[in-house]
Amino acid sequence: MLLKTFAKGGIHPPEHKISSGKEIEKLPVPETVTIPVSQHIGAPSKVLVKRGDSVKTGQLIAESTGFVSANTHSSVTGTVVKIDSVTDTSGYRRPAVVVKTEDDQWVDGVDLSPELKKDFELNKDKIIQKILGAGIVGLGGATFPSHVKLSVPKGKKAEYLILNGVECEPYLTADHSLMLEKGEEILTGARILMKALEVDKCIIGIENNKPDAIAHLSNLSAGDDHISIQALKVKYPQGGEKQLVKALLDRSVPSGGLPIDVGVVVFNVGSVFAVYEAVQKNKPLIERVVTVTGKSVSKPSNLRVRIGTPVSALIDAAGGLPEDTGKVVSGGPMMGKALNSLDTPVMKGSSGLLIIPEKESRRDAVRACIRCTKCVSVCPMGLEPYLLMTEVQKEKYEMAEQDRVMDCIECGSCSYICPSNRPLLDYIRLGKVTVGKIIRSRK
Amino acid sequence: MSNVIIYTIISLSSLGILAAVVLYFIARKFYVYEDPRIDQVEEALPAANCGGCGFAGCRNFAEALVKSEEFGDLYCPVGGNDVMSSVAGILGRDSVEKDPLVAVVRCNGTPTHRPKTNVYDGAQSCTIASNLYTGESGCPFGCLGYGECVDACDFDAIHMNAETGLPEVVDDKCTACGACVTACPRNIIELRKKNKKDRKIYVSCINEEKGAVARKNCDVACIGCNKCVKVCPYDAITLNNNLAYIDAEKCKLCRKCVPECPTDAILEINFPLKKNRPPAQEKGVKEPVTDN
Amino acid sequence: MKFFTVSPSPHVHGRDSIQSLMFGVILALMPALAVSIYFFGPGAIIVTAIAVGSCLFFEYTIQKYLLKVTPTINDGSAIVTGLLLAFNVPSNLPVWIIIVGSLVAIGVGKMTFGGLGNNPFNPALVGRVFMLISFPVAMTSWPVPKGFQTSYADAVTGATPLGVIKEGLGNGSTVPQLMDQIPSHMQLFMGEMGGSMGEIAGFALILGLIFMLYKKIITWHIPGSILITVLVFTGILWLANPEKYPDPLFELLTGGILLGAIFMATDYVTSPMTIKGMWIFGIGIGVITVLIRAFGSYPEGVSFAILIMNAFVPIINKYVKPKRFGEEVSHG
Repeated sequence: MLLKTFAKGGIHPPEHKISSGKEIEKLPVPETVTIPVSQHIGAPSKVLVKRGDSVKTGQLIAESTGFVSANTHSSVTGTVVKIDSVTDTSGYRRPAVVVKTEDDQWVDGVDLSPELKKDFELNKDKIIQKILGAGIVGLGGATFPSHVKLSVPKGKKAEYLILNGVECEPYLTADHSLMLEKGEEILTGARILMKALEVDKCIIGIENNKPDAIAHLSNLSAGDDHISIQALKVKYPQGGEKQLVKALLDRSVPSGGLPIDVGVVVFNVGSVFAVYEAVQKNKPLIERVVTVTGKSVSKPSNLRVRIGTPVSALIDAAGGLPEDTGKVVSGGPMMGKALNSLDTPVMKGSSGLLIIPEKESRRDAVRACIRCTKCVSVCPMGLEPYLLMTEVQKEKYEMAEQDRVMDCIECGSCSYICPSNRPLLDYIRLGKVTVGKIIRSRK
Repeated sequence: MSNVIIYTIISLSSLGILAAVVLYFIARKFYVYEDPRIDQVEEALPAANCGGCGFAGCRNFAEALVKSEEFGDLYCPVGGNDVMSSVAGILGRDSVEKDPLVAVVRCNGTPTHRPKTNVYDGAQSCTIASNLYTGESGCPFGCLGYGECVDACDFDAIHMNAETGLPEVVDDKCTACGACVTACPRNIIELRKKNKKDRKIYVSCINEEKGAVARKNCDVACIGCNKCVKVCPYDAITLNNNLAYIDAEKCKLCRKCVPECPTDAILEINFPLKKNRPPAQEKGVKEPVTDN
Repeated sequence: MKFFTVSPSPHVHGRDSIQSLMFGVILALMPALAVSIYFFGPGAIIVTAIAVGSCLFFEYTIQKYLLKVTPTINDGSAIVTGLLLAFNVPSNLPVWIIIVGSLVAIGVGKMTFGGLGNNPFNPALVGRVFMLISFPVAMTSWPVPKGFQTSYADAVTGATPLGVIKEGLGNGSTVPQLMDQIPSHMQLFMGEMGGSMGEIAGFALILGLIFMLYKKIITWHIPGSILITVLVFTGILWLANPEKYPDPLFELLTGGILLGAIFMATDYVTSPMTIKGMWIFGIGIGVITVLIRAFGSYPEGVSFAILIMNAFVPIINKYVKPKRFGEEVSHG
């Protein structure tokens, strides 16, 4: 079978899917949870509770403050201890609701039964309302509010819904296990989204290192002509939405554009499962599957975790922090965020927790660029990372803008491949931030 | 033999004369009139081309000066009042005078005061580290120590102290051009009024977090307790967002605020030791208070 | 309390380092070194050892004492320069000339520009061309290969196949006549000819090429574009006038074209950064090489061709950009 792939760039980091095949385990609710008030891209949410309030599981505790914003719900039942500033995955202290937990008492209307509910009658607007109400954001890591993605702007039309089951990051297996265990729910969620987008074609892209998931979902969707499963060649960053759209449909999202510009909307399979739970069971987004993994971790696992659980609880469940830990990363090794504290809470976008041993934690010495062109050949966006780094270092931001620094998807392939260990992505990111400011100041 | 020499002389000379004539006419045709005063003003400027005036080099500034009707905000911080009065003389107008300024680094977060809680292994750039997280300590406002301010300085007036991890300004060389101020991603450096004998009193902290939070990360942080505001006889200190700020224009250098501060966040620099007091707290060093 | 390391992503790194790439190139050069020792005997060993040793020595001393930076000789790039320098000279070249050549290659060709990564010209070629122009007799007295019988100090010298052609044409002979004096194509391929140490064995060089392609040290575009251009250009000339121009296969197997296309033009620092740029680079080298061979006064033109195209690389990099993602779609 000739596998589809994206033609330009890409790398093949060792996969290390050591937690693959591990059934999703439910992590017990910890004694305290710290729920960051804003866990999405967009306008910060407004806190609705205060110290001393009682909250129920699924209760709205912060509301969205604009179109591009999201609701935040309590993931536990208990009493609000304080509204504190807590270091989250942004690296800075942000407002969070700290709740001392008690036994679960869900808000009214939530259907806790495990039975699959396939039928739905809601119309498009009601579906989008429910998704907005449930606080669903992109669980692939970008945390973009999903109801915004479903609100197709005037003049554009969606043709395809694409489900991102690629999980191209090494080590991570959360989406894989979700596809194996909740396949029907994901397909139902896909049908719900197709109705919301008014499309009749859905493609689920899955990397070929998950043959069981491909087979399982293909079986489940065998009778449905509208949904097809497509196996993709294992190459990083196949999970990047531009690369995914290109591989599946051979359409190129234009520079500065979004997939809707080529008639496509992309959703991570975890988000789609959350959509199913929100629409069919009235359950807001309060938990997610997180892979805890690492070479020295004694019990690599896929855990279903309540939002706000400190990562220390996940590490304990995976056998404790290994002696030789050097780095703790929220996410995968290519795009994850290194944490400096184990009190950091799990957030909506936390797909994994990776423990990296000390001997693999430090970068090697930086050397001069030897112009080997490897960074140019691996860049999936066709950029020249060596040049962008130099332009940013010399503060030639207009040149960086012309050399398309804003097209960078921050996948990290360039830094990965550079034989001189140059911090290419560090400087390119700085270039994006600075050029972004310059562009906004022109308006 | 002679033929060759004669032909060479004739042909090269003709070429030379032809080139000279052509160039003469071209120069005449494309001549640009420039006010001769621009050259004179440029002569008077310090030729540092540092951008401290806000223009792209001294020539650009000279053009702006000549074009302007009056000085207004135009000022050369490197040349200072002396240079501005020379320029005033050339342009035949009244000079402008400003108090000299100097760059002041408002952070005292040395490793002893502000312990590290992790190791940073990214590119050694203050902006990159600041975009990533709070830094090797938990203070989101503090100096990161990778020296972007040092790189920005054209006058060799700021250097990183390897022990304290903080930049130190050489007052004599600082021209208050503002390059380090712009370079610092956390806006730690400020241009403050330069006093006699380079004396300074300032709050060496810009942390706006609540006192208890700030103190957890650094023991010389400003905790916003308001004691300095109350004691200042000249109303020179204001408190905003849990942070005290001393207005250099109003401050008379009386030093009443310095001992008031419970965390030693206010520093007095280049003052003689006060009588009946233990040795003054020098920047970066906290001496234990002993009974006299 | 445990200190974690914090840095921006990515948190993993590939296996390549400057050292691993350079040692890959060194390994790829070993077959050619073995062949040259087989045909040229002790001279080959002496010349190679002196060249590599001097390059390392000069890089170390210049970095440590002149530039006062930490020496980087353990990245292997000086060894590669030394090997390539040795492969470009006759196997009986006097020691002192090799040392001077190494000094120019490393000192002028590399260090004056700021060390590895900053030089615009291939350092080995800078050294080689310097020696060729300064010591033309020594640099063009090619020992006749006699295996280990080939003496180092007083070898019997003869012309290279290209030299035979150039001189012969100058004397009025035609190519078919001259071909009698030259070994067969198969002999040329296996190394039985006079020439510099690295030029002689086509098959050994091609083994090295296959190894480097497999290890992803280089891509096929530069050697491919050079050799295709040479093949086509010499093919056209040969078809037009076989009396005056040798056949394309002969042109490919003789002289430094294989060494140049596989090892010299593919030097990272001095070659273009994009595929399109590499094609322009390779075609340019092929055209200039054939022009010099066919119409110039030197029998071989690869070194000059590569140096000339090295000079064009910055402007190629400036104007030839890779195809951006989505560029094929025109959108308003």
